Amino acid sequence: MAYPDDLRYSKEHEWVRNDDGHATIGITSFAADELGDIVFVELPEVGGTLSQFGTFGVVESVKAVSDLYAPVSGTVVEVNEALRDAPELLNTDPFGEGWIAKVDLADTAELDSLMDAAAYAAETA
Amino acid sequence: MTYSPHTTADRAAMLAAIGVASVDDLFDDIPQAVRAAEWVVPPPLTEQAVRTELSRLASRNRIPEVSFLGAGVYRHLVPAVVGEVIGRPEFATAYTPYQPEVSQGTLQSIYEFQSLICELTGMEVASASHYDGATATAEAALMACRLTRRTRVAVSAGVNPDYRRVLETYCSGPGVEVVTVPVDLADGGSGTTLPSTASGAVDDSVACLIAAQPSFYGQLEPMRELADVAHAAGALFVAVVEPTSLALLTAPGDDGADIVTAEGQPLGIPASFGGPYVGLMAARMSSVRQMPGRLVGATRDARGRKGYVLTLQAREQHIRREKAASNICTNQALMALAATAYLTAVGPEGLREVAELSTIQARHVASALEDAGLGERRFSGPYFAEVAVSVPDAARRHAALAERGVVAGHLLERDEPALRDTLLLAATELTTDDDIARLVQALGETM
Amino acid sequence: MSVAEAPRSDASGRGAAFSGAEGGEQLTIVEPLIFDASRPERRAVRFPEASDAARTAASGQPELPASVRRDRAPRLPEVSELDLLRHFNRLAHLNHAIDLGFYPLGSCTMKYNPKVNEWAARLPALADSHPLDPEALSQGSLELMWLLAELLKEISGFPAVSLQPAAGAHGELTGMLMTRAYHRDRGEGEQRTKVLVPDSAHGTNPATATMVGYEAVTIRSNPRGGIDLEALRGALGPDVAALMITNPSTLGIFEDQIDQVLAAVHEAGAIAYMDGANLNAILGRFRPGAAGFDVMHFNLHKTFSTPHGGGGPGAGPVGVSERLEPYLPRPMVVLADGDPDAVRRNAWVGRSTPEARFALDDDRSKSIGKVRSCYGNFGMFVRAYTYIRSNGGDGLRTISDDAVLAANYLRVRLADAYDLPYDRVCKHEVVFSGKRQKREHGISTLDMAKAILDHGIHPPTIYFPLIVEEALMIEPTETESLETLDRFVDVMHGIAETAATDPEAIRRAPVTTPVGRLDEAAAARRPDLRHAFPADPGDAPGAPTAAPTPEAPTA
Repeated sequence: MAYPDDLRYSKEHEWVRNDDGHATIGITSFAADELGDIVFVELPEVGGTLSQFGTFGVVESVKAVSDLYAPVSGTVVEVNEALRDAPELLNTDPFGEGWIAKVDLADTAELDSLMDAAAYAAETA
Repeated sequence: MTYSPHTTADRAAMLAAIGVASVDDLFDDIPQAVRAAEWVVPPPLTEQAVRTELSRLASRNRIPEVSFLGAGVYRHLVPAVVGEVIGRPEFATAYTPYQPEVSQGTLQSIYEFQSLICELTGMEVASASHYDGATATAEAALMACRLTRRTRVAVSAGVNPDYRRVLETYCSGPGVEVVTVPVDLADGGSGTTLPSTASGAVDDSVACLIAAQPSFYGQLEPMRELADVAHAAGALFVAVVEPTSLALLTAPGDDGADIVTAEGQPLGIPASFGGPYVGLMAARMSSVRQMPGRLVGATRDARGRKGYVLTLQAREQHIRREKAASNICTNQALMALAATAYLTAVGPEGLREVAELSTIQARHVASALEDAGLGERRFSGPYFAEVAVSVPDAARRHAALAERGVVAGHLLERDEPALRDTLLLAATELTTDDDIARLVQALGETM
Repeated sequence: MSVAEAPRSDASGRGAAFSGAEGGEQLTIVEPLIFDASRPERRAVRFPEASDAARTAASGQPELPASVRRDRAPRLPEVSELDLLRHFNRLAHLNHAIDLGFYPLGSCTMKYNPKVNEWAARLPALADSHPLDPEALSQGSLELMWLLAELLKEISGFPAVSLQPAAGAHGELTGMLMTRAYHRDRGEGEQRTKVLVPDSAHGTNPATATMVGYEAVTIRSNPRGGIDLEALRGALGPDVAALMITNPSTLGIFEDQIDQVLAAVHEAGAIAYMDGANLNAILGRFRPGAAGFDVMHFNLHKTFSTPHGGGGPGAGPVGVSERLEPYLPRPMVVLADGDPDAVRRNAWVGRSTPEARFALDDDRSKSIGKVRSCYGNFGMFVRAYTYIRSNGGDGLRTISDDAVLAANYLRVRLADAYDLPYDRVCKHEVVFSGKRQKREHGISTLDMAKAILDHGIHPPTIYFPLIVEEALMIEPTETESLETLDRFVDVMHGIAETAATDPEAIRRAPVTTPVGRLDEAAAARRPDLRHAFPADPGDAPGAPTAAPTPEAPTA
C-alpha cells in the first residue's frame, strides 16, 4: 500500500499536510478501512487549540467508535463542514475531500516526530 | 421436571465424541478448594405439583374488591388483544434484534412504538424503552448533565418520591448533586411547584429542572412556566408525564420540554406487584447522541426492500464500552410491544375516553366524599385523575377498610410527613359509580 | 442502490412483493406500518360513558383549564381489532425465535422458556397485585419473593440477595454502587478510583464502572483464556476498588486460578464482583458466594429461563457477601414473623405457614437507596421461581451438566473446520475464530453468520469477545436435542466448505429471509427513527412532519 508522500503520519493513523505553517489534517485510509462505514464525525471547534497527540474529536462507524488524536499542535482555523452531511467522505477520499480540519501550526518541528509515507506503510503492513 | 431432551444414549454419544468417561471430567478445572458442597434446594416438581405451589402463593394474595390506589401504578383495562400480541412466541422468545434479517417483527414494532411515543409527547425521537419511569427519569437527568456539562440537577418534590430516590442513587454515581424544589403542600394551597420557588433553585450550575405532569399528588403543574425558568438559566427542562393523560393534556414537547420521561405501565401492562413495566424517554434529535437506550431506524436492503435496524449503536455499551452514555443492555422490549398494541387497540378516541372517564371519576369521588362530610380536598386547583383528600384518622381507617377488601387509595404520610391524614385517591376508566358508593359507605362506617 | 420493482399484491391482499432472485421468484412478506391500516372512525376497544350522576358530581370540582388542554388529538392509529391482530401476527412471522428454531447465541443462554412459567405469571392474583397495596393483602407476592431470594442464596452461596435490579447491567450498577458505598464507609472512597476488568469483558462492565465514577482498567487474558494472574497482581493496589470478572469467562472457560484471583483481590482490600451471565455452566458445581466473591448479579432471563422478549424484560438480582449486605437496595423483603426454617420446609412441600408474615423493610440506613421504582420485575420472579421449583436441585445440576456436555460436543465436532483459539475443555459455550476463512477465502465471520440465517438457525454471537479475531461464540444450552446439534454441525461444515468453493454464495447471504443485508451505514448517517405523518392542512408552521435530520450536538 502506497500512501501520499507529501504527507506526514502519526501512529494513531492521522495525516498532516503542511503548507508553510498552515496545515490540513485527517485520518488515513487504513484507519477508515478499519472503522468500516463511517457514519458520524464529531468535529473540533473553530478557534480551539490542539495539542499534539491529544484527542480532538470522535469518529463513529456502524460498529466502532474511535477518538481522533491530533498529529500536531496548533489553532483550528477551519473544519470540513461537508463531513456533517457526508461522513462517508472519510471512506471514499480520506486524503482529499475527507480532510477534517485546517490548523495553524504551533511548532513545525513537531512534524519531525511523525512518519513519512514509507515508514507509515511499513508500520501498517 | 427438567427440559433437557438428552437420553442416556445421547449423553453417552456426546461423551464418546468428546473423549471423556463422565461429565464430571469436564469440571476438573474447578479448583478443589472452591468446588460446591451440598446444597439444600428442594427436589423437582411435576407440572401439576408446581402449579399447586404457585396457586398456593397466589391464594395468599387478596385482590381488593374496590381500590382507589394509584400513586404511580394504575389499574387500567388490559384489552384481551394485548395479551394475544405479547403472548406470540415469536415476540416473547426472540432475542435482541442484533441480526435484523430475522428480527423484522421486533424491529418494526419498536419503530412503531418510537413513532407513537413521539406523537404522544410531541418530541422528535423516542428510545426503545428503559426499565421503568424512575430509571428513565434518572437517565434523563444524567443526559442533561452530559449535554450542559453541569453537575447539579433540580427536581420538584411533586415528582413521585420513588423516582426521586432512584434519581439520588443514580446521581450518586458520577457525583451529581440533587436539589429538591419544594411544592406548596399547605392545606388549601395549590399542591404545585411555584415558578418563583423553582427559579430560586435553578441557576447556571444546574443542568435540568425535572417536574411531573400531573404531579404525584394529581395536581396540574404550570409546566410552561417551569420550562421557562429552566431555560432562563440555560438549563434543560425534563417533563415526567402520565401517558394516558396525553390524550387530553398538551404534549410536553409543545410546553418546552427538552427531554420527556414517563412510566408506560398504564398502557396495557398489569400492576404485577411492581414490574415488569416500561420506561419511556423522548428528546430532541439534536441530543440523540447523548440519549441512552436502543434506537431503531428505517433503511433498505440491497434490493431496495424496506427494513429496520438497531441504529446509532455507537452510543451503546457494546461498542462504546467505558465511554457509553449508559450501561443499559436488556431493556423492556416486550412491555413496549404491549404499550404499542394497547395504543393501537384503543386509538385516539379510546385513549380520550380512558382519560375522560378517569378524570370524571376522580372528581366524582372527591365530590362524593366532600358531600358526605368524610373529607376535604387538600389542595385547590385542577387535578387530573388522582386527588389528595384530607380524612381525619386516615391511617387507622385506611387499614380497617383494607381488612374489608377496600383500598382507600395511598396513605400519603408514608412518603411525606407533612401530609398526615391525607389519602391520595386515583380513578381510572375501571372505577364504577358503585365503587365510589362503596368507598363512601365503608369510610363512613369507620368514623 | 437499486430500487425494487413496485410491490404487487397477491390475491390475499396481504401486500406480498415478488422480487426476482437468481432465476427464481421469492415471496417476500411486506407488512406496512400499522399507520397504513388506519382510517378515521375505525375502533378496536371501546369504553363506557360516564353516567349522568357521575358527571353531575364531577361538575362541582375544578375542570381541566383550557390552557392545559391539547388542541389536537394524538394521531394514534385507528384500526379494527382484526386488522390490529393481523398486523402483529404478520410481524411475528418475520421473526426467528427460540420457539421456532436453534438460537446458539453465546453469552445469552437461549434455552427453552417453559410455558408453565407463563401460566404462573398470568395467575390473576399475582398479575393484578398492586405494589403499594397494604402488605396484609400481598402476602403471596412477598412470600414468593422471599422464597426466590432464599433459593438464589442457596444456589449461589451468598448470604443475602436483593431482587430489585431490572436487568444484568442494572445488577452491575447496583453491585458497583454498593462497592463504592463500602469503600466510602471505610474512609477509602477517595483513594480507590479504579475498577479492573479483563480484556474479554462484556461491554456493560466498563460502562457500569464509568456510570459509578470509576476508571475502568483493562487486564489482559493469559494464553489459556483466563485472566493473567501476574498482570492482575501488578495492577492491584490501594487505588483499586474492585475486580469485575465473568466466570466462566466470556471465552467459555472456567477461571482455574479463581481461588488465587480472589485471594489477590481481597489482599489488596478490593471487592470481587462476578458477572453471573454464565451461571448456566456451573449450577451445583461452583457457588460464587461460598468461593469468596463479594457480589454477583444473576440474569434470570438467561440461567433461569425467563423469556428474552425481543430485548427484555429481564431481571438482574444481586447476591452479596456479609461485608456488602448493609448496602443492599431498599426495601428488602423480610420474614417479620415466623421461623424461616419452618417457612422453607413447608414451602418445599407445598404448604403455607399460617403464622408467617412477610414485610418490606425500608429501615436500612446504609442502603445505596433505590435503583428502580417498587421492588423489581416481579413477573420475572414468578417465572424464575416456577422454573427453579420445577427443576429442583437435581434438575439444576443436570442443566449445567447437559449445557457443558453439549458445548464440548460442538467444540470437538467443529474443531476441524474452524480455528479454536483455546484448545481445552470449555464450559457451556465455546469460542471459535473465523480467521482461517477470512485469510484463505476473504469470508468474514459476519458473512458466515448471514449464511447460517438461510438455514433457519440464528447465528452464534459474533465479534465478541473482542480479544478473539473474527470471534464466533456458540452456546447451545441444555434444551437442544442431539439431532439439532448434529444438524448445526452439518450446516457449519457446509458453510466452511462453501466459503472455500463458492465464497460469493456466502457473501450474497441471506437470501431466504424476509429482507437481505440492510444498509446500516445509511440508517446511522440519515436516521429515520419515526413514522412521518403526511402534513395536515391544519398543522401549525414548524409542526414535525417528516423526520428531521440530526444536527451536530449542541454540547
